[in-house]
Amino acid sequence: MKKIAVLIMVVIFVGCAFLVFGQDGREAVGQPHPAGQTRSLHGIDTGDTSWVLISTALVMFMTPGLAFFYGGMVGRKNVLGILMQCIVVLCVISIQWVLYGYSLSFGPARGFWGGLQWIGLKGVGFTPYADYAATIPHQLFMAFQMMFAIITPALIIGAFAERMKFSAFVVFTILWATFVYDPVCHWVWGAGGWLKELGAIDFAGGIVVHINAGIAALMTAIFIGKRNGGSKAILPHNLPFTILGTGLLWFGWFGFNAGSSLGANAVAVNAFVVTNTAGAAAGLSWALLDWIFNRKPTVLGTVTGAVGGLAAITPAAGYVSAFSAIIIGVLVSVFCYVAVSVIKPRFGYDDALDVFGVHCVGGIWGTLAAGLFASKAINPAGPDGLFFGNPKQFLIQAIAAAVTIAYSFAASFIIYKVIDIVMKVRVKEKDEIVGLDLTQHHENAYTILE
Amino acid sequence: MKRFLVVLVLFFLFAMPAGVVYAQGESGQGTGQAAAAQAVPAVDTGDTAWLIVATALVMLMTPGLAFFYGGMVGKKNVLGILMQCFTILCLVSVQWVLFGYSLSFGPGKGFWGGFEWLGLKGVGLAPYADYAATIPHQLFMAFQMMFAIITPALIIGAFAERMKFSAFVLFTILWATFVYDPVCHWVWGIGGWLRELGALDFAGGTVVHINAGIAAFMTAIFIGKRKGTNSHSILPHNLPFTILGTALLWFGWFGFNAGSSLGANGIAVNAFVVTNTAAATAGMTWALLDWIFNKKPTMLGMATGAVAGLVAITPAAGFVSAVSSILIGIFVSIFCYFAVAYIKPKFGYDDALDVFGVHCVGGIWGALATGLFASKAVNPAGADGLFFGNPKQFLIQLIATAVTVAYSFVASFIIYKVIDIVIKVRVKEKDEIVGLDLTQHHEKAYTILE
Amino acid sequence: MKLIIAIIQPDRLESVKQELYKEDVNLITVNEVLGHGRQMGVAEVYRGIKEMGNLLRKIRLEIAVNEDYVEKTIRAIIKGAQTGETGDGKIFVLDLVECVRIRTEERGGVAIG
Repeated sequence: MKKIAVLIMVVIFVGCAFLVFGQDGREAVGQPHPAGQTRSLHGIDTGDTSWVLISTALVMFMTPGLAFFYGGMVGRKNVLGILMQCIVVLCVISIQWVLYGYSLSFGPARGFWGGLQWIGLKGVGFTPYADYAATIPHQLFMAFQMMFAIITPALIIGAFAERMKFSAFVVFTILWATFVYDPVCHWVWGAGGWLKELGAIDFAGGIVVHINAGIAALMTAIFIGKRNGGSKAILPHNLPFTILGTGLLWFGWFGFNAGSSLGANAVAVNAFVVTNTAGAAAGLSWALLDWIFNRKPTVLGTVTGAVGGLAAITPAAGYVSAFSAIIIGVLVSVFCYVAVSVIKPRFGYDDALDVFGVHCVGGIWGTLAAGLFASKAINPAGPDGLFFGNPKQFLIQAIAAAVTIAYSFAASFIIYKVIDIVMKVRVKEKDEIVGLDLTQHHENAYTILE
Repeated sequence: MKRFLVVLVLFFLFAMPAGVVYAQGESGQGTGQAAAAQAVPAVDTGDTAWLIVATALVMLMTPGLAFFYGGMVGKKNVLGILMQCFTILCLVSVQWVLFGYSLSFGPGKGFWGGFEWLGLKGVGLAPYADYAATIPHQLFMAFQMMFAIITPALIIGAFAERMKFSAFVLFTILWATFVYDPVCHWVWGIGGWLRELGALDFAGGTVVHINAGIAAFMTAIFIGKRKGTNSHSILPHNLPFTILGTALLWFGWFGFNAGSSLGANGIAVNAFVVTNTAAATAGMTWALLDWIFNKKPTMLGMATGAVAGLVAITPAAGFVSAVSSILIGIFVSIFCYFAVAYIKPKFGYDDALDVFGVHCVGGIWGALATGLFASKAVNPAGADGLFFGNPKQFLIQLIATAVTVAYSFVASFIIYKVIDIVIKVRVKEKDEIVGLDLTQHHEKAYTILE
Repeated sequence: MKLIIAIIQPDRLESVKQELYKEDVNLITVNEVLGHGRQMGVAEVYRGIKEMGNLLRKIRLEIAVNEDYVEKTIRAIIKGAQTGETGDGKIFVLDLVECVRIRTEERGGVAIG
């Protein structure tokens, strides 16, 4: 069965690689293209470029950060499983993106996917591509977007933690990135994408990243079933790791949101300030809820709130003021708190690390909040929201969120079912009891002696 | 009872200004924006890019500090430390946006700065030339916010393992408002009297380190010793966390010091170089002292020395040469070693994680060293120090230090006493035995079995 | 020969050790263990979901002694560990069949001390 997984991987990658390699020579010829055209790289701003370069690195850093955020929350026999999955996503999607993911997502076209003209980065050179970013090299824009494509499937990991077979996971990631992330990304951000043309705003990925991953996570959590041990929660084995992960995520999120302005400009600064403010307000808000309902503020609650706040401000970061950010932050914790501690136990799905409760709920709220609080006074290039006299924007946001939820749920479900039929998604019960570290990777995270 | 008290105070502290501000909020943003439209050309993308990065780096120092401290406490109190650092990150972020920035940096000659920037009213995206002419005003605000966050976080080390969480929250809010904001205004704000006196503090030796260090000293004395320190010393439960924290602090400190030049320029580079040099020298010196007096160089000693070196170079970073920074680094380890290994045991106060011994002593040495080693050859906008023929500068530094020490000690003491009378600062003896993680937060950091 | 097993609060370990030294009992083995008696642990909360009655950290001491040391050792442990609160712990005394010192292959009572 494992052979099947390996086979599929090989076929997908090598197939594409061949496709691309054939063109590679031509690309090399195509590459001097800019040099032929006056050789001037003008239009490139060094300040903007250095900021987006660093932002790209910051967003890359979020995936290891997420690994620790999740890794601390699982049992000590499954921590390597989580870290491994995050690192594998980092590797697999980096290659997928360069080979064909970028073209499917951002190639200008009006279809389900973007065009195929940028497969293998053919024609994605160092001159700016003004439709996306006029002052930085096109390839930098590609790299920046790559980091988003990496962290999105990584978010889903939390839902099926401690019980998914590694081979199935790899296949799921590749297919999900290709058939869910790439099209949704194209609709919302790509030139010619229909949600973009509808006027939906998503500054840094509330729809594309958080709702998208969050709803896929809910689907997998429901269909893979509860962890062995049932309703009894598995306690976090190393909460300091979770706090470390939160620190790294918060740090990286500055690149995620402020970098999404694609330049070192006023919108970037606004995004930076509201990101920090919303994360802080949401952390406080969750701590207070804990204090009121459980008698003590908890660390895990505070950091969960902070991540919820960061997720919620993501779609709105470039359009709202610091005050709106406080409101968005305070309310997101209320919604996520209800989702995690009331709705989840009520319906009994085992979303192990609350990907749905935090990212999907937070992302939906953020997307709608962008339709409420967006203001042209902050970003003249954006629209006004409901509270600034434009109810239509709210409606558009709601449509975009609903479409993403429906599509991502259905498509993820099909991918999941196909994999389950071919090779079974869940590990054997015995392997689950022993732990994924030993059974899936033949390693132990910690030694007890020496 | 107490819980509601805390909630109430929190509510009033935050909601009142918020109410005041919200009325003015959006229009204020608007005017800031209008100004932005006129003055946009002055924003330099390179400077802005560097400052956004520096702000993110300084933010990362607070999680870094959490791990630096968290590794040094007992297993049962590590979450308490992490929680306090994270709470400050959230709390002061919001406080700063609502009123902290105005109190600290609003132009004015009084105890605090003016009130005109409450709720960021008028703090727009155009540069404010009196502070930083080439970056958006809001970015300067965000950069300073990170300083306001890490300063109260430094104090945590003094009362580690024994302070009640509710009391801690109150202490932080009041301390930030009544100690940090005024001292910051005096030293850095327009119209601040120490600034007009000519005191030099490049990146916060006086405002951050002396200020926090002396408040830490006060709390350590008045909260009393940890239970158990009489019979045995409490050993660090996870030194690798402390080293991880040191590395994150060192990394973030480049933003702290080199970012304080508020642009990507020569001064920033000088600050970067001397920061690294001083940290390295101080780390080596402490290791050497350990080797001489305790037979073996210790990792904890080296990390402590490096942090002390970073502290000492902070006020001097923009004014001294690399050679001077070596001298500063060597001496700071000698002074701090003496404070930690001789003065503390002699007087018997339980400054649990040596905040006074490292930050206050290191900060005082750094502030005075600035008066000794500053040179106009390095920074023409600065001043010459004693060794470059200007003894007056040394005197000014001495005055600024003395004023900060006196004010911070007294004001912190009053705040501390008021809280102690109202809700008791220290946890119950039984809670201290069980550990703060379980009693204050209903969580534990590590599982032993699964 | 007896084997004395004591379960005590982690923070009492240091004082129990001091009391044992006073009685000239120097050979002990210490484990970190989990457990609860009537005390039922402290409530824990993870993301708003309560976990009641969880296991608490305890320290387990194992001390092998000759008959004349049994009572002294028990007194010392009680002296060091007693606070009067629930959760102070328990002491179990078991018969010990044999004891061998690996280095010298001595057996019985001489091997213990």
